[in-house]
Amino acid sequence: MSAMPSRPVDVPFYQVGTRAVGNRLLDPALRTEQANPGRRNGLNSGHRACQGCGEALAARYVLDAANRATGGRLVTVNATGCLEVFSTPYPESSWQVPWLHSLFANAASVASGVAAALAAQGRDDVRVLAQGGDGGTVDIGFACLSGMFERGDDVLYVCYDNGGYMNTGVQRSGSTPPAARTATSEAVGPEPGALFGQGKDAARIAVAHDIPYVATATVAELRDLEAKVARAMEIRGPRYLHVLVPCPLGWGTAPGETVKLARLAQRSGFFPLFEAEHGEVVSSTPIRGRVPVEEYLRPQKRYAHLFGEPGRPDVVARLQAVADRNIARYDLLREG
Amino acid sequence: MDRKPFAITLDIASSLANHTGSWRSERPVYVDGLPPCSNACPAGEQVQQWLYAAEDGSYETAWRRLVEVNPFPAVMGRVCYHPCETACNRGQLDTAVGINSVERFLGDEAIARGWRLPDPEPPTGKRVLVVGSGPAGLSVAYHLWRRGHEVVVHEASARPGGMMRWGIPEFRLSREVLDAEVDRLVAAGVRIECDRPVTDLAGTMAAGRFDAAFLAVGAQIGKRAGIPAGQAARVLDALSVLFSVAGGERPQLGRTVVVYGGGNTAMDAARTARRLGAEEAVVVYRRTRERMPANEIELQEALAEGVQVRWLSTITQVDEGRLTVERMELDEQGVPRGTGVFEELTGDCVVLALGQDVDRTLLDTVPGLQVVDGVVQVDASMMTGAPGVFAGGDAVPSARSVTVSIGHGREAAGHIHAWLEPSQRREPATEPAAAVPVSFEQLNPWYFSDAPHAVRPRLEKGRLTGDFGETVLGLDEGTALYEARRCMSCGSCFDCDNCYGVCPDSAVLKIAGAHGYEIDLDYCKGCGLCAEECPAGAIVMEPEPG
Repeated sequence: MSAMPSRPVDVPFYQVGTRAVGNRLLDPALRTEQANPGRRNGLNSGHRACQGCGEALAARYVLDAANRATGGRLVTVNATGCLEVFSTPYPESSWQVPWLHSLFANAASVASGVAAALAAQGRDDVRVLAQGGDGGTVDIGFACLSGMFERGDDVLYVCYDNGGYMNTGVQRSGSTPPAARTATSEAVGPEPGALFGQGKDAARIAVAHDIPYVATATVAELRDLEAKVARAMEIRGPRYLHVLVPCPLGWGTAPGETVKLARLAQRSGFFPLFEAEHGEVVSSTPIRGRVPVEEYLRPQKRYAHLFGEPGRPDVVARLQAVADRNIARYDLLREG
Repeated sequence: MDRKPFAITLDIASSLANHTGSWRSERPVYVDGLPPCSNACPAGEQVQQWLYAAEDGSYETAWRRLVEVNPFPAVMGRVCYHPCETACNRGQLDTAVGINSVERFLGDEAIARGWRLPDPEPPTGKRVLVVGSGPAGLSVAYHLWRRGHEVVVHEASARPGGMMRWGIPEFRLSREVLDAEVDRLVAAGVRIECDRPVTDLAGTMAAGRFDAAFLAVGAQIGKRAGIPAGQAARVLDALSVLFSVAGGERPQLGRTVVVYGGGNTAMDAARTARRLGAEEAVVVYRRTRERMPANEIELQEALAEGVQVRWLSTITQVDEGRLTVERMELDEQGVPRGTGVFEELTGDCVVLALGQDVDRTLLDTVPGLQVVDGVVQVDASMMTGAPGVFAGGDAVPSARSVTVSIGHGREAAGHIHAWLEPSQRREPATEPAAAVPVSFEQLNPWYFSDAPHAVRPRLEKGRLTGDFGETVLGLDEGTALYEARRCMSCGSCFDCDNCYGVCPDSAVLKIAGAHGYEIDLDYCKGCGLCAEECPAGAIVMEPEPG
């Protein structure tokens, strides 16, 4: 019997229902881990992430949930990237969990090694969580990740996807969405920004490995995210969690809008929330209050070229088609 | 000395050494905004605050917050036209919070459980005479009593309550409820002397050694209209009808009753006529529905009971069993004017509900007290031209409702207290800034769960015109709690932990054992996520000082 909150629980109507982080009217056991005054704060204050960093927020959300699920018996492995750079300027560390960093490409391999070492010691109580950005995961570390999946290593790999190489100057990654402007996908020519047809849907590729568990999440749906981390920790073998984390710097958005943008990504269907087990999609999170994809794109300067005069309504329509396809694929408009 | 690990030259340190708060150009500040419900309440209730207490089942705390302002929650929960609900921001999300029904639940709960009013301040030795025991008179008496003054209420009629007893029909306000709330006041120590009309104010004050007086004489004389009427025509006054019914009589008005006027009294009279056996009750009103002074709720309830309304009509002649009406039209200014088109209606009697005047019998004997346009003139401190003589309720210029009168009583008590205890008078240093209520746009409504109409508790209609029993029933605890919990807490923190959760820098701290949060300025970078994600709009970003 787990005291873990799973999906938004069916409690009598409570002011903010169960959408807010906490709620004084809810049993503490039913609140999110982030509402817990004794939460681990896996990523502590004093880190040097930008104001309003979605990745810093997501890392704390994920680690605190994992910490709760494992009773604190957790080792983390970190790829190179923003997350590593802003959290560990030598000799300071923001991490309040055991934490290893090796290279940009090999977090999945190092995590496999940690899992193997623990197995060799007979320590099946300690769980391994690897984390990296979309560059380290979807591009540079992808072979290592795929190998980890294929070998069946007992690791939860978490990708914080901000859609580019942000701390090196906002270059395009394999996770940069189409039409987004980056330093290497400029907003010029008939096909401005990142090209349609390039880039990878890492979560679906993970599903194609037929691994035990794959899920997507955002920093705007905390309960959903915590439930997925908890679910992942109930399962052994390779697991993958892909978390959308808006980046004020790279996206050209106000620092205070980070959560709102993640919410709009989900509400527009542009970033679908789903879970898959052993190669099959087993659940998706229906959209509550659908918005056109334009509402998600407009506040972001990386899409500003779509909305000037004369603008590119044709490109916006192609992006809407991406969202529509997600909505159809994961049945996101069904009554939830 | 410990040897450091290989290739390590510095001690391992925590990032807490890095005070990222120095990056900040704006800082989040918790505010207490003015909720629109509280802003709209004529009685001055802090609605959001008592709802907050009710939300977790602390009904007595909620009721105590209510009676800080209003000694009659159970009455108010029945007769108030609840401008709070009209102002409620939740109306822009789905439907307004049923504030009035929660108030009634709390008021009834207090009666059922015998909760007592708070203790008064120590006696001041000052005595105040209150003339009239309607809502304004009893409210001022309550608030003066709480400040330690001795209060005696003189009531001309045989029972206390004023319009709450004699004007508002029983089907809107049960007399047991009224009696319970008035009795509680009397039990606490407010003296009400019935059958004591005051005809000589100065004499009464001297005899009773009163230091101040509050006149709450109401407006109880029905206005007459010079309608030509035949010998056998029956023309009655609405207030007289309501008074006699309230006194237990059941006057026979006839099969078809015509009520002339468009205010709340007209609605009450028409609904009363239906209960007295009239098969038809027709309201004749000279303007349109949009311009009708009656409250929309009253009109709705009247229509639901089969009351008919003839808009844009005036009565020009009344005869036995029939009357003549003229069709009206509105000119550009909205003033009705005759069209010369006449019609005949049947009607066994005509009940006039054309507004009420103040009885000047006492007023004209008070030196310095001025009556203009039929109402008592008072200054900003609610004092009449006679020093130490204050006035409020329907007798002064006002919107004339129970709620407004209760607000008058509370306000006047403050002024009378300042008059009696000049040493404690606090002059406001500056005019308070015009408070702007929190708007829907300042909230983050995403977080509020959908409360679909189907789930919203609907007040059951009782048997409608069969008798004088209350037509609107109370809520059970479950639905009252549900309603309270629909409050969006506009402008006030309600401990949802969102700020605590969404801070990427863990720079929002819970205050141990207390309500609310504080910002750790050592680490807050000023990103504004907490303010943006606060459901209640209770955090604002302010420029960093200096």
